[in-house]
Amino acid sequence: MAAESLQISNEESGTIVSSTKTITLRIARSNPKKNTEQKFDEFKIPYQKWTTVLDAILEVKKHLDHSVAVRYSCRQASCGSCGMKINGRPALACFTKITELNSDVVTVEPMNNFPIIRDLVVGFERMFSNHKKIKPYIINEESEINPGTKEFLQTPEDVEKYIQFSNCIKCGLCNSACPTMATDSSFVGPQALAQAYRYVADNRDKGKDERLKIIDDSHGIFRCHFAGSCSQVCPKGVDPAMGIQLLRGYLLGFRD
Amino acid sequence: MRESIIMKIHYGTAVAAVALVAVHILFRFTLGFAESLEYENVIANYQFLPYAGMLEIILILISIHGFNGLRVVLLELKQGSQYEKSVNYGCLGAMALVILYGSRTIFMTNMGMM
Ligand code: SF4
Ligand code: FES
Repeated sequence: MAAESLQISNEESGTIVSSTKTITLRIARSNPKKNTEQKFDEFKIPYQKWTTVLDAILEVKKHLDHSVAVRYSCRQASCGSCGMKINGRPALACFTKITELNSDVVTVEPMNNFPIIRDLVVGFERMFSNHKKIKPYIINEESEINPGTKEFLQTPEDVEKYIQFSNCIKCGLCNSACPTMATDSSFVGPQALAQAYRYVADNRDKGKDERLKIIDDSHGIFRCHFAGSCSQVCPKGVDPAMGIQLLRGYLLGFRD
Repeated sequence: MRESIIMKIHYGTAVAAVALVAVHILFRFTLGFAESLEYENVIANYQFLPYAGMLEIILILISIHGFNGLRVVLLELKQGSQYEKSVNYGCLGAMALVILYGSRTIFMTNMGMM
């Protein structure tokens, strides 16, 4: 029984088939529980034009070194689990094809601005607690679940105001790319700020003042330097930088 | 004070300071640049009340803007409640000192005490 559970998963990725093309996959290895040192292990991996970076890492886990730590789930850019630095840029491993990197060497590292748990896996506690802090839900006394109240109707124009921001999958790539996150450990971060805008812009929500108060502190929205890297790396087109600027408009009195 | 109010002051002081410093620089061009820095001319500027008033306003605007900027940079460098308190009060104190010292120079020169 114990031997069985230790076995490497027989799961088939179904993507790596015999190929003459190979890349060198460099995987950052570290375990802060044991020591702080980071080293890179290199693997030669065959690939096809549809092979993603996650497929390549799973190929390593399956056939070469099953101890590589990587977090993943959906494999289709929906769960937000597989964020990492790929050739220096934060990206989803399941959404990045080897061929689009135009490089014979692919280096994968854990995301910046997150504590490393092991190898490519980072801790999301700070991001999730900041996300929770901005109250990411509709605040309204009336709701469909309270008897006697009606359903909320919205026009397509009402939906248009926030729908882009509701695509966030909480992958953390934006927080990883953010220069303020790198130095200010109390900064609320582009992910939470974009979500604050998502609810503030929703006309069903009545929690605008509450939310604006939360982000209007010395480590809140005004610490954003508008570097814009969050929007550049977002895999879902959320554009947190735009959300932050729109949100600032409320606090500076340009919007109400 | 709410950060949005502080930042409104920060942006406002920047815009106003740019406008007044532009006026200040234009005044330098009315004389030759080197000539305008001669002792008598500098003293004459301070003794001309509207100009001295403008210099005082520029001093206040730039001190508020500059020390708030410094506060923001320091808050981003390091965090911790004791540190943040010292930065906030330190910058406020330094700003007051610079304004007081600069105002003393402007007032004394304007009143012919220098
Ligand atoms: S805003 Fe984009 S990059 Fe940031 S967590 Fe959401 S999906 Fe990821
Ligand atoms: S595995 Fe779910 S987003 Fe990549």
